[in-house]
Amino acid sequence: MFFFTIILVFMIIGTVIAIETRNMLSAVIAVGAVGFGVSLMFLYLQAPDIAITQVIVEVLSLIILIRTTTYVDNEAIEKRIDNLANIIGLVFLGLFLAFCYWSFAELTPFGSPLMRVGEYYLASGLSDTGAANMVAAVILDYRAYDTLGEAIVIFTSILGAFVILRTRGRKKITEEDLEKVGIPE
Amino acid sequence: MTVFMLDMIIFGLGIYCLIAKRHLIKKIIGMVIIEYSVNLFLILLGYRMQGIAPILSPGQDIVEFAKKGVDPLPQALVLTSIVIGLGTLALMAAYTIKLYEKYKTFDMSEIRKLRG
Amino acid sequence: MKKAEIERLVHDESIGMTLIVKTVARIMIAMILLYGFYIVLYGHLTPGGGFAGGVILAIAYTLMMLAFSRHIALAKLNDFWASMFDNLGMLAFVILGYIGLNVGIFLYNFLGKGTPFSIVSAGFIPLANISIGIKVGACLYAIFIGLSIYGRLVLREEE
Repeated sequence: MFFFTIILVFMIIGTVIAIETRNMLSAVIAVGAVGFGVSLMFLYLQAPDIAITQVIVEVLSLIILIRTTTYVDNEAIEKRIDNLANIIGLVFLGLFLAFCYWSFAELTPFGSPLMRVGEYYLASGLSDTGAANMVAAVILDYRAYDTLGEAIVIFTSILGAFVILRTRGRKKITEEDLEKVGIPE
Repeated sequence: MTVFMLDMIIFGLGIYCLIAKRHLIKKIIGMVIIEYSVNLFLILLGYRMQGIAPILSPGQDIVEFAKKGVDPLPQALVLTSIVIGLGTLALMAAYTIKLYEKYKTFDMSEIRKLRG
Repeated sequence: MKKAEIERLVHDESIGMTLIVKTVARIMIAMILLYGFYIVLYGHLTPGGGFAGGVILAIAYTLMMLAFSRHIALAKLNDFWASMFDNLGMLAFVILGYIGLNVGIFLYNFLGKGTPFSIVSAGFIPLANISIGIKVGACLYAIFIGLSIYGRLVLREEE
């Protein structure tokens, strides 16, 4: 328990650095540090599947974020300080934390989950499906429809990204266009 | 309970960053922080004290495994949620690149002023 | 692009990264691909599965594009084939679901259970893992191609 608290405090410090710093490369690296902290928490919460996935997705998202930001513009300069948005944000944060504290009294305490369906999946996973990894049995046998929905969501988002990024228009590319972008002949 | 509250502090900081900052990349960073915090919260709900991972090894007793294993259902849902988060980040990065190429700035209030 | 031209571009020092990075990348890409296939294939016995393995496969090709230039990565797997593998993986998963409609249930586990703790077991879970691994890997590599190439006006008809 003490170990979890230490890693969560480290993640809070990393988040504050990622929000407030002005250099964009430092902000992206701080987000990477928070992601690795999350993966370490997953490992100690006895979820090795998810720890592997989180590390790998963290690396790929760092590559994508670095390509979008530091390639062109490295400083985040705010021309005028908007006090109203800051104050509203902080007030909302305080209200949100107060409501969380009141409503977490209704949850089951940390370390003793309800597990009504989980007990059935653990007890008869091997005899129903034949798989030794219970998480794989849940994804691909008991709840395979959710996996189909997830594949559709990824498919659609990548298709949307392609539609936005394509520059091949209807007209032919002339030499003026090539000169504007800066590609030599 | 303290673990849940610390996790919700990270969520609240992510929403603050999404609302109050005007740089587009800071908004993307805010959304990424929100996703991390929500995935972590779901796994924290399913943890059992001194539990073992929900993976069966050969020669293990199944009744004892059902008494000591952690909950596999939130883990299955968080697994898909992490990869969906990556797809969403790719879409947001595509928008940001296109906006920067057209308006030459990342500041949201400048983009709102320029028309066409 | 023919083999001789690829060889010439790999040993060219002016494109891509330095020599140390290229040498290490050449060894590491093979190992990362092997590790990715292992995680996809043994998804029903050890932690992992289709999603984690697919992203690892995408990272191997991304490393190839970062260390060498994009011409070499596109010569190994160009954007048309990356998108095609994406579609084929999705189609394979849906066809696996439709086969179960013989019995009346979509996505029904129609193969037998097999002996536990061996590779050929757990019905169609290994097949579904392989199709999802191919889909996610090709899809993330394709988005990386899109982010790094489609922003500029370099098109296939120019090369």
